[in-house]
Amino acid sequence: MLPFDYERASTVREALAACAGSSEMPPTGAPSQFIAGGTNMSDYMRLGVTRPSHLMDINLIQDASLRTIEIGSLEIRLGALVRMSEVEDHQEISRRCPMLPESLKVAASRQIRNMATLAGNVLQRTRCEYFREISWPCNKRNPGSGCSAMDGFNRQHAVLGVSDACIATYHGDFAQALIALDATVEIAGQGANRRIRFAELHLQPGDNPEVETVLRPDEMITAIVISVPGWAARSKYLKIRDRESYAFALASTAVALDLDGDIVRDVRIGLGGVASVPWRAVPAEDVLRGKIFSEDLASKAADAAFANAKPREHNAFKVALGKQTLVRALMEVREMKL
Amino acid sequence: MTTSEAAPLPRENMGQPLARVDGRLKVMGRANYPADIPVNNLAHGLLVASGIARGRVQELHLDEAHAVKGVLDILTHDHIRGELEPPEFGTSGSSSIGPLHDDKIWHDGQIIALVIAETIEAAREAAMRITVDYKEEQPSTSFGSEGTETVAASEVSQQFKEDVKAGDFETAFDAAEVKIDVEYGMPTHHHNPIEMFSTTAYWQGEELTVHEPTQNVYGWKVEIARQLKIEPDRVRVISPYIGGAFGSKGPITPRTAIVALAARRLGRPVRCVVTRSQSFTTQTYRAETRHHIQMAAARDGRITAFKHEGWEVTSRPDPYVVGGTKTTGRLYNYGSVLTKVFLVKTDRPTPSYMRAPAETPYIYALENAMDEMAVALNMDPVEFRRVNDASQDAIEGKPFSSRSLMQCYDEAASEFGWSKRNPQVGSMRDGDWLIGMGCATAVHPANVAPCAVRITLRDDGHARVQTASHEIGTGVQTVAAQLAAEHLGLHPSMVQVEMGDTRLPPAPVTGGSSTTASVCSAIIKACEEIREKLARAAVTANDGPLAGRDPASVLLKNGRLVAADASQALKDVFKHVGSGVIEQYTEFRPDGASPDAVSNLYQGKMEMVSGEKGDMIKYAFGAEFVEVRIHRRTREIRVPRVVGAFSGGRIMNTRTARSQLMGGMIWGISSALHEATEFDWRSARVVNRDLQDYLVPVNADIQDVKVILVPETDTHVNLAGVKGLGELGNVGTAAAIASAVHHATGKRIRELPIRIDNLLG
Ligand SMILES: Cc1cc2nc3c(=O)[nH]c(=O)nc-3n(C[C@H](O)[C@H](O)[C@H](O)COP(=O)(O)OP(=O)(O)OC[C@H]3O[C@@H](n4cnc5c(N)ncnc54)[C@H](O)[C@@H]3O)c2cc1C
Ligand code: SF4
Repeated sequence: MLPFDYERASTVREALAACAGSSEMPPTGAPSQFIAGGTNMSDYMRLGVTRPSHLMDINLIQDASLRTIEIGSLEIRLGALVRMSEVEDHQEISRRCPMLPESLKVAASRQIRNMATLAGNVLQRTRCEYFREISWPCNKRNPGSGCSAMDGFNRQHAVLGVSDACIATYHGDFAQALIALDATVEIAGQGANRRIRFAELHLQPGDNPEVETVLRPDEMITAIVISVPGWAARSKYLKIRDRESYAFALASTAVALDLDGDIVRDVRIGLGGVASVPWRAVPAEDVLRGKIFSEDLASKAADAAFANAKPREHNAFKVALGKQTLVRALMEVREMKL
Repeated sequence: MTTSEAAPLPRENMGQPLARVDGRLKVMGRANYPADIPVNNLAHGLLVASGIARGRVQELHLDEAHAVKGVLDILTHDHIRGELEPPEFGTSGSSSIGPLHDDKIWHDGQIIALVIAETIEAAREAAMRITVDYKEEQPSTSFGSEGTETVAASEVSQQFKEDVKAGDFETAFDAAEVKIDVEYGMPTHHHNPIEMFSTTAYWQGEELTVHEPTQNVYGWKVEIARQLKIEPDRVRVISPYIGGAFGSKGPITPRTAIVALAARRLGRPVRCVVTRSQSFTTQTYRAETRHHIQMAAARDGRITAFKHEGWEVTSRPDPYVVGGTKTTGRLYNYGSVLTKVFLVKTDRPTPSYMRAPAETPYIYALENAMDEMAVALNMDPVEFRRVNDASQDAIEGKPFSSRSLMQCYDEAASEFGWSKRNPQVGSMRDGDWLIGMGCATAVHPANVAPCAVRITLRDDGHARVQTASHEIGTGVQTVAAQLAAEHLGLHPSMVQVEMGDTRLPPAPVTGGSSTTASVCSAIIKACEEIREKLARAAVTANDGPLAGRDPASVLLKNGRLVAADASQALKDVFKHVGSGVIEQYTEFRPDGASPDAVSNLYQGKMEMVSGEKGDMIKYAFGAEFVEVRIHRRTREIRVPRVVGAFSGGRIMNTRTARSQLMGGMIWGISSALHEATEFDWRSARVVNRDLQDYLVPVNADIQDVKVILVPETDTHVNLAGVKGLGELGNVGTAAAIASAVHHATGKRIRELPIRIDNLLG
């Protein structure tokens, strides 16, 4: 792999300063890039998928808030460097919103979750096989070279939010819970800090699949803030995969249900394994909201969620599976005894 | 010795569950695998693989790569041409494709250069900077691709000279009352041993030493020498521990001689570790097979006609044959048999052996058909097999040397609780989970091969067993120590075993499940020769407690030579011998091997006496039962329970035997539900090139796996009475799972792996 300089930042400012000057390109193509847990970064550097000449390690930044889980009465604030396993193990979060820790528990392996940070997790890059092996043409890795997956072996690829340029799946689990809860992301920048909705962080591939987020190279995620409604205690993350553990989702869903007897007062649905970015199934929520819950209604919601699906040769099953996953999760959260 | 599930209590004709002699070293990370051996002044090699599957290399642009600091050498076909003899396809060689021997590309990921650098990082960076101009041609990927060529296996293969048949299939099939006509498919599999493939080569003057994980040190030594055009005696191959092999380290691949050549050019040791991704294209694999089975039976369940046609993918130049019809054609008491195997030539690497190469795909097809036939007959699948159990083989009418298939079925069925199965499809449920149960036969030929061994016994009761066999993780070192200890009357801790080095007496390739049978037969023979020497010295001595006895009546026990009423310590017996050490070199040549079999072994040529050879059929058998659970909505498939009962003649060590069989069944689950090498059909290139995307089960997938060892004594198979268990366990499992999936859902999935995709809707 490309020889690179490795540096450790002790303040956020220092980290950002090092990454200034390359602001015109997406962070994943910049010469200077951040490394947190490194579980995605080091892997993709070794594969040659990303080739920074300068790595800025943000793990030792002194600001304690980056490593803190703050539980407020309305909001949960998760520092960017909090490890996946810390949230997974958090009793209070689990009590208030089970789908958050559940989405982490079924991701990767415990060893990886001990290393990986929450910010790194939401920014993980696709596992598209054609993207990971650099000898294939790939619009995301090498803009304009073509998409090998489109007419290739595309069993794991997305059916929602895809474009003619790229059908790669966003594989993260945690992000589905975050998007369902309409979380907020705190970003530190060279000039000013900003807060954006988590739903605005990731970009669908469109004509420029190489641009994956709205972040600039000299911006750093510092925290994720989630306002957790009381009824999120009735929530669940369901992940369907080819084996029992240590596999990415073929389809997954983060579901929270607010019930008044049998009437759906409110509902939140995130869908994983099927879309190009973290995916909120708004049309499905609309079908359910205000109605009397039934299996039939759940099926209608699932149909709505996938109404715009664009399956390819090998991933057509994801439409049926995605629907079944959502119906199953809805049925199961309805049955939860609180 | 305490027993536990991991160390089952020995039943009749079974050895003690001695713990692995190298277990402690391995769990402490102290067992040095070939790429761990410290070597001074090492240079690092990295392969560069082609990005196309067919065509020619027009130009390799190396300037940028040479410019990387630390790069020492880059070998391309310009350097190899004429320096190396091309590889050969045969028992020691995996393929005749010389990847760097000219500019031709035969398959995806073919080696097109070898970068040597001071560090692996520099080698990696240089490799990434090499660009290639290809002259590309349209490749053929697999069955159904344009441009493939189909040939009858029997017409092109030296190993597979005829398709077995018996009786008049057509007439019997036409006349039968109940028939099925079905097709099955097994996809491409890669072995993916956890230990990576590697070569470490260095020259001391004219002498070459190669450290590489291999299942065949002698065969490789001769082949390396041939390719490098030097005398075999100048090559030493060392492979003391092998971190998983499964056949992948059996035949040599062309990399080894190329790395040795690089070390010679550089005058420096070179180590080349193949990346996981490259191992999908530069190593061997199990190619995909297709099967067409026609079966007919009378209403009482007797099979009257059986036809099995197989299609197997191979490379353009090499006719590698799987040919499992030789086993499926003999398994049951069919009235008539017709078989035919075809090879389909594609632009892919030459496939090769993978754990139960012939039986895994072919028995998968047959046992699926058996289940479908049982359903068609409305018969219990176990009873259907009982009705068709055979005492002689359907092809030549030879008796089986022993056959405990139905004992296996009965013991496994009882442990599994088969009688509680409701045969009605879709009738068993646990909440949202559909339950299915299925079973299948496991079978593997009991092969044996010539083997030489040197056993050294010292007068202080220490012994050393030396033979160039291979510890691929099966426990052969443990079994060898245990057996020598038993026959020499010593505690196993007094016996040291050395294997995996061409300086030791030759042993056969560790393949075909023949190792325990071959090595143990040689050890038994050598120990008997030692006993006889000691006995003769003791009974012919002028004095001493054993003087004048019948030499046949004295045995070695607890460090003494023992007769019925007297005994003598080894130390004193050795005084009669007149030396402090006995060094016994012994050759074992199985019945049916040629008189030159052992001297051929020294030449790297092996004669495997297969289970079908001779006047009896020698097979090991088993029966496997599985339970699957399938979610009624999302259709994920889980396997909570597997029970397998197996008979394999003498069981040398119940612990290592169980471990082999358990691992086999787990691999069976893997082949049923997880494993498949996926191709990009446009380009004949592998898409899933790592363990993220080439799925094997994780711990959480494997729940209750029970192994039953069924007692069996077979004095016909070989001196040790051993049938071999290494490849038995993974035969049949996938069919049992397919049957269980059918039982749960009513869906008969005939293409592996069985995935959610197949069961939705
Ligand atoms: C074998 C394996 C299996 C896996 N399975 C799953 C799974 O099932 N589900 C799942 O969700 N994930 C899975 N993952 C992905 C894993 O969760 C991610 O690799 C991990 O969360 C990344 O976190 P990290 O801290 O290691 O990030 P890094 O690798 O350090 O960084 C990832 C990216 O984020 C950027 N970055 C990191 N921190 C910041 C920051 N604060 N601000 C701006 N940019 C930043 C980096 O520059 C880089 O581009 C798996 C990974 C592996 C290796
Ligand atoms: S799907 Fe996207 S990431 Fe995958 S090959 Fe196509 S462009 Fe590249």
